[in-house]
Amino acid sequence: MSARTEAGAASPTLELRDVAKSFGAVAALRSGTLEVSPGSIHALVGENGAGKSTLVKIVAGVHRRDAGTFRLLGTDVDFGSTAESKAAGVAVIYQEPTLFPDLSVAENIFMGRHPLRAGRRIDRPQMYAESEALFSRLGVHIDPRRPARGLSIADQQIIEIAKAISLDAALLVMDEPTAALSGVEVDRLFAVARSLRDEGRALVFISHRFDEVFALCDMVTVMRDGQYVSTDAVAETSVEQIVARMVGREVAELFPKVPAEVGDVVLEVEGLNRAGVFHDVSFQVRAGEIVALAGLVGAGRSEIARAVFGVDRYDAGRVALAGRPLPQRRPRAAIAAGMAFVPEDRRQQGLVIEGTIARNVASVIRTRLDRFGLLTARAENKAAGPWAGRLEVKTSALDMRAATMSGGNQQKVVLAKWLATEPKLLIIDEPTRGIDVGTKAEVHRLLSDLAGRGLAILMISSELPEVLGMADRVLVVHEGRIAAELDRDQATPESVMHAATGSVTPLSQEVTA
Amino acid sequence: MTVATGAPPPLPDDAIELAPSALSPAQRVLGGVLRSRELAVGLVLLALVAVTATQSSSFVFGSDGWRSLLVNPSILILLAVGQTVVIVTRNVDLSVGSTLGLTAYLTGRLFVDTGLPTPLVIVVAVLAGAGLGFVNGILVTFGRVPSLVITLGTLYIYRGVFLSWAGSDRINAGDIPDGFSSLGTEQVLTVPVLTVVALVVMGVVGYLMHTSRSGRELYAIGSDPDAAHLYGLPVARRVLVAFVASGALAGLAGVFYVARYGTVSSNAGFGIELQAVGAAVIGGVAIFGGSGTVWGAAIGATLLVTINSALPVLGIDDFWQRAVVGALILAAVALDRVLALRQERRLVAARDLDLGPPPPQAEKPSTSASSGSAS
Repeated sequence: MSARTEAGAASPTLELRDVAKSFGAVAALRSGTLEVSPGSIHALVGENGAGKSTLVKIVAGVHRRDAGTFRLLGTDVDFGSTAESKAAGVAVIYQEPTLFPDLSVAENIFMGRHPLRAGRRIDRPQMYAESEALFSRLGVHIDPRRPARGLSIADQQIIEIAKAISLDAALLVMDEPTAALSGVEVDRLFAVARSLRDEGRALVFISHRFDEVFALCDMVTVMRDGQYVSTDAVAETSVEQIVARMVGREVAELFPKVPAEVGDVVLEVEGLNRAGVFHDVSFQVRAGEIVALAGLVGAGRSEIARAVFGVDRYDAGRVALAGRPLPQRRPRAAIAAGMAFVPEDRRQQGLVIEGTIARNVASVIRTRLDRFGLLTARAENKAAGPWAGRLEVKTSALDMRAATMSGGNQQKVVLAKWLATEPKLLIIDEPTRGIDVGTKAEVHRLLSDLAGRGLAILMISSELPEVLGMADRVLVVHEGRIAAELDRDQATPESVMHAATGSVTPLSQEVTA
Repeated sequence: MTVATGAPPPLPDDAIELAPSALSPAQRVLGGVLRSRELAVGLVLLALVAVTATQSSSFVFGSDGWRSLLVNPSILILLAVGQTVVIVTRNVDLSVGSTLGLTAYLTGRLFVDTGLPTPLVIVVAVLAGAGLGFVNGILVTFGRVPSLVITLGTLYIYRGVFLSWAGSDRINAGDIPDGFSSLGTEQVLTVPVLTVVALVVMGVVGYLMHTSRSGRELYAIGSDPDAAHLYGLPVARRVLVAFVASGALAGLAGVFYVARYGTVSSNAGFGIELQAVGAAVIGGVAIFGGSGTVWGAAIGATLLVTINSALPVLGIDDFWQRAVVGALILAAVALDRVLALRQERRLVAARDLDLGPPPPQAEKPSTSASSGSAS
């Protein structure tokens, strides 16, 4: 201790050295090293599965480390629970908001730490006032009395942030806090993060968006395969350098869609209509083609896809696959006809999250695998093996549970599950959301490869570069209508934006002028 | 993804100031009354009593009728209150019927075999109930087996202990000291003592659930157990306490049983656990935890007991009496579902109102940027 004070420099708020953690045979973290100084914002970047989330959970007290040094504010610590880490001054904002839907917004912020009046009774007026003060500091208005149920993801994230701020923590860890936020909300979050930094707190910021890392952070630590790679001052490094360290190789091409031979019409949608949701939607997807549904979030893209697949009803219109009309509201018929659907929210809709990888991959084709109505683990493994191998799912065994995998690997498992049905048409909603750069390129290569083999692909994406890079044709959806159909050479950022916003001013001319 | 047709797209990039989502206080009060399950069930109860009274005025106004109307629900109220504390944490306690039987018999035996003063007997019986609840709680929190299964097991075990202890023996009214059995008949301002005690217990538990940190934590645990762990809430301890409370209240209900009926045979409290769960559900306690109040459960318990005595007066035969109770439970669940859907829609709508006008200028379709675009 005396040596530290003699050194004069501020001791780091958080100090992790060679921290390791294994789950069974899988080493999630081999040697995690991270040093965060007070009054700085430290970015932690790495591919999915690099061990960032495991590192965060060790700091938060969710997991206990197997080995290594863990110091907080200069003291050796070993948290056995989240309550301990909280008490020591650590606040964590998780990737997925963790709220109590039945309870009020204010209670979600103050649960377990409610302001009290005489007799240790909860002081609700005080709690609401403090919540409102927190929200006004964040520049938002959320009624602290309303239940958390029904809040948008962005509002839920804001509640998490308000909670973290109210903890008055010395160390604030944010695990991809901006994934669900819009531009103005991100700016607001950054303003708050900077003011916390200026108060002398230490912040750890995990993100896949490099523009944000470079805009916000002072230092950046790169992790790869559960190991520490490097730490640099943000000012002294570049995106190319960091990406190269993250993937351990140069990223050649981010969106490598190879032109494929376009075949017959696979999907034909005619005059699809659902009051208040989408109107007069007609389009075709041919074999070997990737067609993107672009547009603003909330324009109705996912709803169209769900109706085509038969999950949601529609009032009028026709959906045909390979010339055969499909009944509505019958996903099973759509699957039998050769349609596959990878939803946006893979945890909730795409995976049996508690199931093994083999079970997940084999789940759609189990009627084909069973023998006298019985399904063996062996049959599942046999069917799942080749697909998992082809998609390079990084796991030690097929009997691992899906919940323990990284987001990128989960996406691959969902893809493997559907590809095992040998579909004619693949509908994929936000194929690379929450997936890091390296895996993104792999997913893109895979989609391109599948199209090359004659699969028809309908892709929904909010990432413009992905749309422009991958799609042979772009259908731009605006307020439930297809506002424009653009061929690959017509599709530019300007033309897509113009159609997506339905702006009256001819934006593309302004921009190109 | 939310539906945005005809409405402004969610969260445009430069929606500058977001409107407050606060409903006006008047709207909130009105909404609260309309959505108040306690009030709705209370009105059904009053209607039932009123209709029955028109058929037989002694049902309410006779001195016996009045007394029965008030005293009969007291045992089920205690059990429903205890059940609510457990259900709110996304658990269930099916062993309360056996706990009641066992503690009722214990109460009788203490009077027969020992000369313990009445207050001490009551304390011992309540502690015994708490002990049985503690066993449930330990098994649930450390066994990592759903409480439905655990307490189904202890339901049979506790009943088995009772049977092998009591055999064909029974406690008779003559064994009970007069001072104690008069508790079952004494009144305070025409309200039976047992009812007063039950209502006081309900009031205290309800007050604690609403105004103490640990009470609110019970709701949080039931609302989302995983989130409760991440919050660092003492989940195991709270759930354990909930089971102890349920057991203690079942023990008190056992004491009530002796005071009310005087005799205890080996089928005392048989099947009453399902009535307790039914009362809580009818009273608006969500079976998956996180919401509901003990007042609601108590009103639900009163309604269930009153139906059983009212329907014969109304000349409805035995089969239909049971069917009515079943229909009531199904109706309560259906109502919950409808209200939940409506509330969800309303909350989403309230949220979308917050989003402000669409941007005047064209915006890019997404806010995410590819790597390499910024450096």
